[in-house]
Amino acid sequence: MVMLVIAIGCFYAVPNLFGEDHAVQVVATRGAEVTASTQASVNELLASKSIAVKRSELEKGQLLVRLQNADQQLLAKEIIADSLGDKFTVALNLAPATPKWLESMGGSPMKLGLDLRGGVHFLMEVDMGEAIRKMEEAKVADFRSQLREETIRYAGIRVNATGIEIKFRDAENLATAERFLKTRNQDMVFTDASRGEDFALQAVMSEAYLKQIKEEALQQNITTIRNRVNELGVAEPVVQRQGAERIIVELPGVQDTARAKEILGATASIEFHMVDDKADPNAAQSGRVPAGSEVYQRREGGSVILKKEVMLTGDHITGAQPSFDQYSRPQVSINLDAKGGTIFSDVTKDNIGKPMATLFIEYKDSGERNADGSVKMLKIEEVISVATIQARLGRNFVITGLSHGEAQNLALLLRAGALIAPVSIVEERTIGPSLGAENIQSGVQAMVWGMAVVLLFMLVYYRSFGLIANLALTANLVMVVGVMSMIPGAVLTLPGIAGMVLTVGMAVDGNVLIYERIREELRAGRSVQQAIHEGYGNAFSTIADANITTFITALILFAVGTGAIKGFAVTLMIGIATSMFTAIVGTRSIVNAIWGGKRVKTLSI
Amino acid sequence: MIEVLSLKHTVNFLRHALPISIMSAVLVLGSLVSLATNGVNWGLDFTGGTVVEMEFTQPVDLNALRVQLTTPDSEGAIVQNFGSSRDVLVRLQVKEGVKSDVQVKSIMEAAQKVDPQVQQKRVEFVGPQVGKELAEQGALAVLVALICIMIYVSFRFEWRLAFGSVAALAHDVIVTLGVFSLFQLEFDLTVLAGLLTVVGYSLNDTIVVFDRIRENFLKLRKSDPEEIVNISISQTMSRTIITTGTTLVTVVALFLKGGTMIHGFATALLLGIFVGTYSSIYVASFLAVKLGINREHMMPVEIEKEGADQPPMMP
Repeated sequence: MVMLVIAIGCFYAVPNLFGEDHAVQVVATRGAEVTASTQASVNELLASKSIAVKRSELEKGQLLVRLQNADQQLLAKEIIADSLGDKFTVALNLAPATPKWLESMGGSPMKLGLDLRGGVHFLMEVDMGEAIRKMEEAKVADFRSQLREETIRYAGIRVNATGIEIKFRDAENLATAERFLKTRNQDMVFTDASRGEDFALQAVMSEAYLKQIKEEALQQNITTIRNRVNELGVAEPVVQRQGAERIIVELPGVQDTARAKEILGATASIEFHMVDDKADPNAAQSGRVPAGSEVYQRREGGSVILKKEVMLTGDHITGAQPSFDQYSRPQVSINLDAKGGTIFSDVTKDNIGKPMATLFIEYKDSGERNADGSVKMLKIEEVISVATIQARLGRNFVITGLSHGEAQNLALLLRAGALIAPVSIVEERTIGPSLGAENIQSGVQAMVWGMAVVLLFMLVYYRSFGLIANLALTANLVMVVGVMSMIPGAVLTLPGIAGMVLTVGMAVDGNVLIYERIREELRAGRSVQQAIHEGYGNAFSTIADANITTFITALILFAVGTGAIKGFAVTLMIGIATSMFTAIVGTRSIVNAIWGGKRVKTLSI
Repeated sequence: MIEVLSLKHTVNFLRHALPISIMSAVLVLGSLVSLATNGVNWGLDFTGGTVVEMEFTQPVDLNALRVQLTTPDSEGAIVQNFGSSRDVLVRLQVKEGVKSDVQVKSIMEAAQKVDPQVQQKRVEFVGPQVGKELAEQGALAVLVALICIMIYVSFRFEWRLAFGSVAALAHDVIVTLGVFSLFQLEFDLTVLAGLLTVVGYSLNDTIVVFDRIRENFLKLRKSDPEEIVNISISQTMSRTIITTGTTLVTVVALFLKGGTMIHGFATALLLGIFVGTYSSIYVASFLAVKLGINREHMMPVEIEKEGADQPPMMP
């Protein structure tokens, strides 16, 4: 049994010996597919440039080309990216060089944390205030159309500090509206906020609805960020939530943090509005804007009055490619999904000959903070183009009025989807690849030194039993590595290596406890067999108690710690579990095999 | 057979209990005073701010770099060597209205004026809000750990021992923190992890002693708790020394070879192991004795047989 467990541990630890290959990974983005022919053409291409390919694999729709070294990897990436074009993302990767037969049996090396392989870690915070404000605005539009539908007369609807305020001219309308709106909007709480002759209804979102909005905003942002990370072409990225408002993004191997940040944090989106051509521009200059319309700045200067109602938002966009029109001006060709296409063709049909505006919305970190410490975002809205609708538009059309760079970025962002609420980076850690390699080296060195001294000491001090303890200790280390490789989510970090080193020091404790006990029993005049039996028996509960309490602290570390610290806690926990096994069960079975059932006079301990 | 401090005779450890507990009290008080007056040199993880680690092609004069760091965006930077004379760490506080990328850029520009070939190795930015939360979480973690341990030890042993062990742990945490405060060593997340590990390690030691105390109370049938405690400590002494030794060896290896990023962690452990070993012998056991631990407390809870406490039916 013991042999079997250790053998399994060994088996899963073995893949860690093979190291990693420098590789280039090709993944198809929207509309494309990586096929055997892609593979063949990539191989041919690399052969023509005399770049030796170690192995090229096509798996789960992605192509992995293994190369000899880092220089060839960079070269290959450029060549492949140039030839395949922007339908594919080409990323640098380090692929484990585990032999096929091992891999097919589930063997894979440990995953290395960012501090060991280099890369960027971001913690992003979603601006929930903005998400809520957006929903309030949507609600204003809802109320307006609902009241109009029921022909209930109201004086005005606006978002105020605490929610939405609906004004009426008399109490009667207010009462009917309240009754009606209540049944139609279960997720809002309505209160009569009339003051004297001012008849008003105050609507605030219910707690449950607020929670739901926040949850959806976070989920949607995670999806969007995931899409954008994929567009960036990073191998094995991590995008996951942390708590109620934050998202962790880890990009191994990425060094250009500026671009990564720009793309991840960009909240650019577009909306299409009809131009309010009936409004008087001069009146608007002095602040008199018709209800339901608003003045927006144009990018090239001047202003334009648009209807507040959004005809279509960027959510319906399924494809966006930068291109040029016949005058070689940059433009973005856009494809809509079916629903978006229907909406768009409906509204454009009714508005042929009228001007339509494309509104470009972007949030920027203002560098200032709100009272509660969250980052203050600036919302920048600009009209990038106003065009007259010539004909009924369908699912495909173009947007003009952008610079070349903007067209590129807008296309990428539209493809990946818009963030429902702006995000800001609240924590960033970048580790250079050389530092990562240094960290591995120093971790391994510490391990070798620590282990060497402990092994030597045990051998000298306990002789035969020391040798057994050393075997157990080595088996323990192999098992920790094996278990770490087996658990898919476990990541080895620098503190994790520290945890392993520490485990080496503490794991012998089990054996020390047992051996000291055996010595004591021998001194007390017991026979060899009895002493062994008593030693193991008495020490067991002590070892268990001592290890369980350490386990508790490791568990707490795991619960509250982040990233690297979690890695430490994981190795510590695994180390405790495996060391209990090897120190008690493992050594006992060896001891039994050697001395068991024999008449022994003296013990080499 | 080689033996390290194997105590054949019982040593009266508790005889020195009074002077030693005075020493402990002084240590704890001193640590608290240092914490109150010097405070803790909180690292980036808890204060928020920006750190840039860079490697120069040759040893650099830190002052030459400091002179360059005077633009509005990089003003107030703390410059120090990190590991070697070619590795430099620059720290900046969070500044209202200046984004971290701008800070990093201005720091790197300044460094390039000193050495155009300088390499940026690591950048860390932590927002002030996040830092505050990490600090709160850390404090909470230590507290929760202590409470969980108290519950577990009370459950497995007895409340007097539980109290003794938790007091010993609190002692370790406070004294280790005190040393960090006194020498103004940087306290970051890895140090916190080290501190929690110390809690686990020190407890390990305490449990071993307590286990023996319990066993001896049951086996030796002596009623003098002080003697029992002395015997127990003496008996476990050699294992305490050996395990402390092997653990120290690995921690020293980490301290010397583990690289700069876990230096704080190794320092915390190094301190904590000394303090923890001492406290599990003196603080934990001494307190348990003073709280009046005796044989009755150690009796295993009788498994009540049905009807056992009822008078026999038949006369």
